[in-house]
Amino acid sequence: MKQIKDSFTLDRLGAGKKAFVRGFTAEGPVMQRLMQLGVLEGSEVEIIRAAPGGDPIEIRVMGYCLSLRKAEAQMIQVEVIG
Amino acid sequence: MTKTGQPVIALIGNPNTGKSTLFNILTGLKQKIGNYPGVTVEKHLGQLQLDDLEVQLIDLPGTYSLSAQSPDEMVVIDVLRGAIDDIGKPDLILIVIDASNLRRNLYLVSQLLELGQPVVVALNMMDLAVENGIHIDVDQLAQELGVPVVPIVASSGEGIDNLKKVLRQSLEKKAIPSLNLLPEIKQAAIKLATKLRREGIEIPSYELERALIDEEGYAEHRLAESHDNPVLEQIRQLRKKLSHGPSLSVQDARTRYGWINRLVDTIEVDEPETAKKSLTEYIDQFVSHPVYGSIFFLLLMAIVFQSVFAWATPLMDWMDHITTTAGKWLEAHLPPGALTSLLVDGVIAGVGSVIIFLPQILILFAFIIFLEDSGYMARAAFMMDRPMRAVGLSGRSFIPMLSSFACAVPGIMATRTISDPRDRLATMLAAPFMTCSARLPVYALLIAAFVPQKTWFWGLINLQGLVLLALYLLGILGGVTTALLLKRSVLKGPTPTFLMEMPPYRLPSLRSVLLKLWERAQIFLRRAGTVIFTVAILIWALAYFPHPVSIHNQFEQQRVEIQRQGNVVETRITELNNQEAAAYLEQSFLGRIGKAIAPVFKPLGWDWKVSAAVVASFPAREVVIAVLGTIYAVGSDVDEEDSSLITRIKSSTWPDGTTIFTVPMAIGLMIFYAFCLQCAATVAIIRRETGTWTIPLLSWLYMTSLGYIGALLVYQIWS
Repeated sequence: MKQIKDSFTLDRLGAGKKAFVRGFTAEGPVMQRLMQLGVLEGSEVEIIRAAPGGDPIEIRVMGYCLSLRKAEAQMIQVEVIG
Repeated sequence: MTKTGQPVIALIGNPNTGKSTLFNILTGLKQKIGNYPGVTVEKHLGQLQLDDLEVQLIDLPGTYSLSAQSPDEMVVIDVLRGAIDDIGKPDLILIVIDASNLRRNLYLVSQLLELGQPVVVALNMMDLAVENGIHIDVDQLAQELGVPVVPIVASSGEGIDNLKKVLRQSLEKKAIPSLNLLPEIKQAAIKLATKLRREGIEIPSYELERALIDEEGYAEHRLAESHDNPVLEQIRQLRKKLSHGPSLSVQDARTRYGWINRLVDTIEVDEPETAKKSLTEYIDQFVSHPVYGSIFFLLLMAIVFQSVFAWATPLMDWMDHITTTAGKWLEAHLPPGALTSLLVDGVIAGVGSVIIFLPQILILFAFIIFLEDSGYMARAAFMMDRPMRAVGLSGRSFIPMLSSFACAVPGIMATRTISDPRDRLATMLAAPFMTCSARLPVYALLIAAFVPQKTWFWGLINLQGLVLLALYLLGILGGVTTALLLKRSVLKGPTPTFLMEMPPYRLPSLRSVLLKLWERAQIFLRRAGTVIFTVAILIWALAYFPHPVSIHNQFEQQRVEIQRQGNVVETRITELNNQEAAAYLEQSFLGRIGKAIAPVFKPLGWDWKVSAAVVASFPAREVVIAVLGTIYAVGSDVDEEDSSLITRIKSSTWPDGTTIFTVPMAIGLMIFYAFCLQCAATVAIIRRETGTWTIPLLSWLYMTSLGYIGALLVYQIWS
């Protein structure tokens, strides 16, 4: 059983880290788009890498890779999988 | 169905699912590209032959869902509903999904199954799914969805025959799928539509449903624009009533993914995750690495540019040769007169001067299409996002800007991939500042004439090259500053998102690259054939008329004189002919315009000849060389390395004997060309992409003023 450790927003996670999405800090069209792309409660996300300068970041979700900016990642609450 | 009764199939799918590859396979070269009214989305129509039945196929822009946030995304809904005048409501929806990425793709499927229209699913990239250890029970999937599912590999053409057969059958059966995941919302929308209809307001229930679910989305926005507030107020109240806690958009997404997850669990068997890395991951370890990736990116761009210029040159020389030869042949075989001049100097020279850029445009587009189809473009945008954000844009603006170094026309066409309308407009207006290949001949001529050939470091660095580089940087500076100013003022708005899929790398098929290339060539050629053609004739007329006989008589006398003396000197005759051409030009409308406008350009150090040449080059900047050539009477057939033109312009003087082409004047002229929007094709394409004349005209005014002020400052301060 994977252990759930901390509650974070996604932008604070380093490369290689995995987490479950727990919710969003803000509602609106961006959240809707994220959810439609598979970033929603219960989804497992993995940070793959950051672009030069640390922003945007690339994550894996639902078996594909998605890039998003840190500002968008900040809206996503996650629980780190230890 | 179309007005002529032909069945219509709409092709839809997520981006990167091989949708356009499938479209190309199904339609071949029988395609038509147009524009949807009021938006910047290209309309791709094609003819698909299903045995004896000919069907119209519409390729819709790639989308992840039907929740539209911009007019461009709304086009998808409008086409599916049959709200676009000249298309007609689709008889069938063909959705392409990526078998290796089933869950996210099924989101759009779940929305389409609720539209009440027949649906066929093409399950693409079966090969990739198998490679990734994913096994899909296709029959079970078809059963669960309640529509036909056809496994295909679009890149190799596998399963296409079967797909055609299924399409044909489904067009006859007209079976409507019966998914209804959020019955409460759908019911409420239908009820509202009925109620509004009784009040005399006709709004389709699906549009109301979208407005209900997509808070702050485009469907809601459009209702607000076209109807009275009561409709919007009713939507808001209904929304409040229907949401028990989480908003409707959250309910919508959760319900759909709940359905998807249950569905996929029954039809998909994943092999136990192996430790084996995919090829994409291996490539990305290097290509998306902060250090190696950046180096790779810079090298790649260097190669692209090197190729655009190096490979295109022989082709361009060849095309130049053909147009010149054709012109000379016509001149020799047709009687002299206005008609011959129109054909040779107007049509062939004018259109030829634009067509000559086709090789560069094609080579650049070949690279862009290859990089896009291979999946690298998303990585380039990913890497360039931060630097581009510094000027108020996003990584998506990078490629359009880059393309504009060859030609702003494809660059502006490439802004279609920018989803945010403000970003797209800012990019469109910044793109014409990039040093396009039409500026190059002008720079080359002026640099060769006025910049000394100094070299340092054993010839590795030379002054002429440095000046050229400085001009390139000046263009970038102009574009970047423009974008920044726009994004800080009139185009200010919330920062758009950068949610972008990073597709797996794949080798693009040659056929698909060539087809797309052909498409781009057609758009460019059509442009050259209409706008440029008209403008070329207009400029020709200005430069040709009134063409008084007195000039001819005067020179003819001299020619006869020489011939009578017996010793016919070929060069003397040529000289006379050239002087005659120059005399004609001086009294032509263009010459008169040049003289009339010369006072405006006097502070820039230009005489009437330069002024006339600049005026003539507003439709296409490279024309300036040909016009200068004629005005300075060396014959109009000159190119930038023609030393005689260089000698002539260098030795031209003001009436008081001072040199016209001084270094500050020449630098000023180059700066004028760096900034000024002297390109009818660019103005026309901005008009096409924005759907209004206001923006291209403002852009033209702005860039021209900037060029004038730049040249003025340099000339006045320096000299």
